[in-house]
Amino acid sequence: MDLSLSTRAEGEHTVVVVGGEIDVYTAPKLREQLIDLVSAGSYHIIVDMENVEFLDSTGLGVLVGGLKRVRAHDGSLRLVCTQERILKIFRITGLTKVFPIHGSVDEAVAATD
Amino acid sequence: MPTVTVSFTPLPEHVRTARFIAASVARRAGVADDVLDEIKLAVSEACSLAVRFNLAHAPSAPVELRLIEDPESFSVEVADSVGRAAPDADRELAFDLSTDDDRVDGVDLSGHERLGLAVISGLVDDVKVEYLEAGSVVTMTWPIG
Repeated sequence: MDLSLSTRAEGEHTVVVVGGEIDVYTAPKLREQLIDLVSAGSYHIIVDMENVEFLDSTGLGVLVGGLKRVRAHDGSLRLVCTQERILKIFRITGLTKVFPIHGSVDEAVAATD
Repeated sequence: MPTVTVSFTPLPEHVRTARFIAASVARRAGVADDVLDEIKLAVSEACSLAVRFNLAHAPSAPVELRLIEDPESFSVEVADSVGRAAPDADRELAFDLSTDDDRVDGVDLSGHERLGLAVISGLVDDVKVEYLEAGSVVTMTWPIG
């Protein structure tokens, strides 16, 4: 399965729903999406990864890039993910300490930390 | 003796094919189902690195994926064609938030290499990386059964 991307507004947040596989081939599409959002003034982004089937370090790099871009505007980038096979790579790389990772979009929207 | 050898042009779109072939051969070889996701991820990391290095320095050279089955183990070898020294393990991983190299075609290949190898090492107990004149070879081995 290729990568699917859709966005919607949730209050002051923009939710990016990602589905499919994020790897060295598809990650540039996610990168462009995040750059476009920040360029358009969306600085509080939630990436919903519940439908992601595969994620490797290329995808992690793109998410970190997105985090850096929103932070430059005092924004936030939160992840929604409960899938163990996806969370594993965040733990291996220590990124669970870098990204706030939530169990649902509602939880991410309500978070204030 | 290799069970399956795949040679592919160093293009990002082929990495998905490579990890599916690896998982498929691993399953047939008898590797436990709960390890197949790890194999896919480890193969994806190794092949992504090989694609990046060949694309940058030897674009006409294919990436080689060798899937080797023996009675007790399943091994994957990923070979590129770019001779180089091992990356400096003491440097920070690529996720230093002060840098801006999240591009897939990012110039910091050594950063990608450190990160990719860190993921592989976190996933696979038996990993060997050889830096040869003809290129690097990542060998990852999983037990069968």
